[in-house]
Parts: sequence; structure tokens; C-alpha cells
Amino acid sequence: MSNNQNTVRSRKYLNPYLGGVLLGLVLLAANFISGRGLGASGAIKSVVATTIEVVDKDAVSTMPFMSEYAESHSGSPMKSWLVFQMMGVIVGGFLSGALAGRLKLKVEHSPKITSKRRLIFALAGGILFGFGSQLGRGCTSGSALSGMAVLSLGGFVTMMGIFGTAFALAYFFRKNWI
Amino acid sequence: MGPLAPYEIISENTNFLLAFFIGIAFGWVLESSGFSSSRKLAGVFYGYDTVVLKVFFTAAVTAMLGLLFMSLFGWVDLDLIYVNPTYLTSAIVGGVVMGAGFIMGGFCPGTSFCGAAIGKIDAMVFIGGLFIGVYGFAFTYGWWEKMYFAKYLGEPKVSEKLGMSDGLFGLFLIVIALGMFYVAEWAEKKFPREEY
Repeated sequence: MSNNQNTVRSRKYLNPYLGGVLLGLVLLAANFISGRGLGASGAIKSVVATTIEVVDKDAVSTMPFMSEYAESHSGSPMKSWLVFQMMGVIVGGFLSGALAGRLKLKVEHSPKITSKRRLIFALAGGILFGFGSQLGRGCTSGSALSGMAVLSLGGFVTMMGIFGTAFALAYFFRKNWI
Repeated sequence: MGPLAPYEIISENTNFLLAFFIGIAFGWVLESSGFSSSRKLAGVFYGYDTVVLKVFFTAAVTAMLGLLFMSLFGWVDLDLIYVNPTYLTSAIVGGVVMGAGFIMGGFCPGTSFCGAAIGKIDAMVFIGGLFIGVYGFAFTYGWWEKMYFAKYLGEPKVSEKLGMSDGLFGLFLIVIALGMFYVAEWAEKKFPREEY
């Protein structure tokens, strides 16, 4: 499998500590410019709120969680800092992957499980993460990472909740990963 | 003097444009650190690949130190920097639900977009799940509303709660991070995996 070894070498990643410093500087820049940190789930909420409005305008008013959010974004939930930032994330991720030769349409999974099983768990995990990010007022980026940088108690609590639970449950899902 | 947008040094639209460029840098760093791979991300929970822990804590410490020093030099007004409010119950329960989603799905929202951007189909399916989950929460909001607002503590900093200065707490955080990095390096040697 010499061919395989070559692919592994060409997929070299950044040193994690250097990556961490760079990510920290990006987060610092976000705070310096906008007065807030980074985020991801907020942009998804914007898209969901907009979709509901387009599909059924009356439905938004029956969902206080979404109507309050739409009102706080000057009428248009898509005109939000996080939506523009997430568009950038897709571009940045694509550019990095393209430069490193990592663009490939595939389902990544452990050789011990099927693609189908991987996708079922990805969907279930996504649903839980989406739900939890709304309850916890932000995900790993917006609540845990950005919260920790400004020493927010809630940020530290959410961070411990996310990583602590994933560690505690790791044994039950080991077949999916190792 | 920062932050620029709250001080109205830059307009709202400039702020949105800069958000796009910050997003590009964010996505680039996540992807080139390997966060577009669910198997690399999940590695931290089994010890075979601890890149998540290293990048995450280095980033938190770097940004925290940056803000403290910029405040010290008078470059940024920390009073205008958003500090996430603490609703203790929902922070814990939300974190637990997200943690379960993390170990099952192998991504978090930001990293799933990076994975999808380079063609990972599992990341795209995860994103589909995110939309369902967010919609599901909004749809059933009435059931969780009480929990959502329970145990509101304001916007406390951990340093305040512990009765120490921001700087001293920052030092503690650095020491804790270094300790975790030491364990992480040890774990990667103890639980080696073939490259995937």
C-alpha cells in the first residue's frame, strides 16, 4: 500500500499548537472588531428562522423562540454577523482543503463500521448538537471557546458539559471510532 | 481603541464584511488543523489523537491573554466586550446534550461546515441534523422555556466567582492547559493509531 502512504503524507496538518495560537488570534480579532467572539450555531438558527418565514409566514409568530430572534435582528435574521462569518468558514475550509489536496467526496468512517451506520450516527449526532446548542445558547465555538476567552462562567460550564459528556459516553460508541 | 463596531469606528456593513474575512481565517485554521475529519476530532475521547484539546485550549488561552493585554494597554475596552450570560441549568443540560451529539456525530457545528466544504458526506448529513435539531428546539420551545431561563446568574466571570483577579485566573488556566497538554502527549504515545 505504498500509494496509501503517499496520500497520508500529502495530507499533513498544521502543528496543533500553532493552529491553536492562530485560532486564538482569529478569535481575538473577532472580539476587537465586533466586540463578540466566534460562533456557528447562531448562523444555523438564522437560516432556520428565515426558512420558516419563507415557507409559512404565520408559523414564525406561533414560535416565540424564533419570532423574538427575528425581531432582535432588525427584521431579517440573515443580516447577522454570524451568517457572514459562517459563509467565510465554508470558503476558508474549502481553500485550505484545496491547497492541501484534501478535496474528496466521501463518507469518512472507521473500517469496522459501514457508511450507512456512520451516516445514521452523524444525523443523530447533528440533531442532538443542534438541539443542545439552542438550549445552551451556543455551541463549542460561540459558548465554550468564545465564552472561555472572556472568562464567562457559562462558557466554562458548557465546555465541561460538552467534553465531559463526550468522554463519559465514549466507551459506548467506541466501535464507531476505534 | 476597540472594540471597533460597538464604538462605531466602523459601520455595520463594514463589520459584516470583516465577519466574512474572519470566517475565512476561522475556516482555514480549523481545516488545516484537521478539524474537517470526524475521526481526528473523536480521537481526543480515546486518546489516539488529541488535536482537539491542544488547538482548543491553546486558542482559548491565546485569545484570553490577548484581550487582557490589549485591555492593559488601553487598546480595547473590556466593558464593551460581550460576556456570555450564565443560565446555569441550560448551560449544563445543553452542554450534556451537545456532548452526546459530539461523540455520536463526530463533529460540532463549526467543524461540520469545514468537513462539508471539503466533501465529507458525513459532515453534510450532520449539518442536516443540526437544522432538524434547531427547528425541533424552536418547535418544542414551550416545553423547555422554564429550563431555558432557570438559575440565571447574570454575566459573571469565573475569576469573579473565585474571588481572584482576571490575570491570576489567566495564569491558573495556562498552568492547567500545560498540564493537559502533557497528558495529551502521553496519551498519544500510549494509544497509538495508524494514520487514517
